[in-house]
Amino acid sequence: MTALLLAGALACALQAVRANRLISSALYLAALSLVTAVLMYRLGAAEAAVVELSVGAGLVTVLFVFAIAITGEDAIAARSPVPAPVAWTLTVLAIAALAILIVPPEPWLAPAAGLPLPELFWEVRGLDALVQVGLIFAGVMGILGLLVERGREGR
Amino acid sequence: MNGPGVDMSEMSILFTGVLGLIGIGLYGLLVVRNLLKIVIALQILIKAALLALIWAGTVSGQLNLSQSLAITVVMTDTIVAVVGLALAIRVRQTAGTLDVRELGRLRG
Repeated sequence: MTALLLAGALACALQAVRANRLISSALYLAALSLVTAVLMYRLGAAEAAVVELSVGAGLVTVLFVFAIAITGEDAIAARSPVPAPVAWTLTVLAIAALAILIVPPEPWLAPAAGLPLPELFWEVRGLDALVQVGLIFAGVMGILGLLVERGREGR
Repeated sequence: MNGPGVDMSEMSILFTGVLGLIGIGLYGLLVVRNLLKIVIALQILIKAALLALIWAGTVSGQLNLSQSLAITVVMTDTIVAVVGLALAIRVRQTAGTLDVRELGRLRG
């Protein structure tokens, strides 16, 4: 089942990059988020899966569709800035380096340990949570700044 | 807490899938010319990072810690997407194109 879900995720990711229409890319990305959330749930990370499903597959997709509606479907020539063989070589090298760096030593599956999630998130990582709130606020302010400036110029 | 029904072979498959997703994201960043598609390629990379975090939490037995980090990553990922999309909209309105090659030729 995991292999099937991963194959679906890889297919969605590939189509998101390769699709000619931006709206198709956005929808494939939403499908990728959905599959990612299911995989996370299957691994036991139910809380993070719910957040990913609602924010990653929901909110981000709406934002993409909104942005595509404003900018329109630009017809951009298929020729990439980097030649395809060079891009493939760089990608394979990067993946090989990454695999060598992060393959864990034996043994793998360790016994369960650690604090419960609410305590970990709100108490141990309380400062991180606070920074996240600040980050969201900064993001909203940034967007408002960009769009309000445009409104003023429009007048 | 390890996930229900998760074994080593599944973990190996998941690890391979994560590497594949990272590869597709990197390849997308290299070959894509549309600004919005660059944001999409970044999103694919972040999904791979999310799965890698949960995978690492499962194999190390620290799933709750990795979940709390994953939630932070999802929030940050959304901010990155929002700011990237807003910038793309702004670039389209001022320069009239989303093509990174055309944008590279702009002067003045």
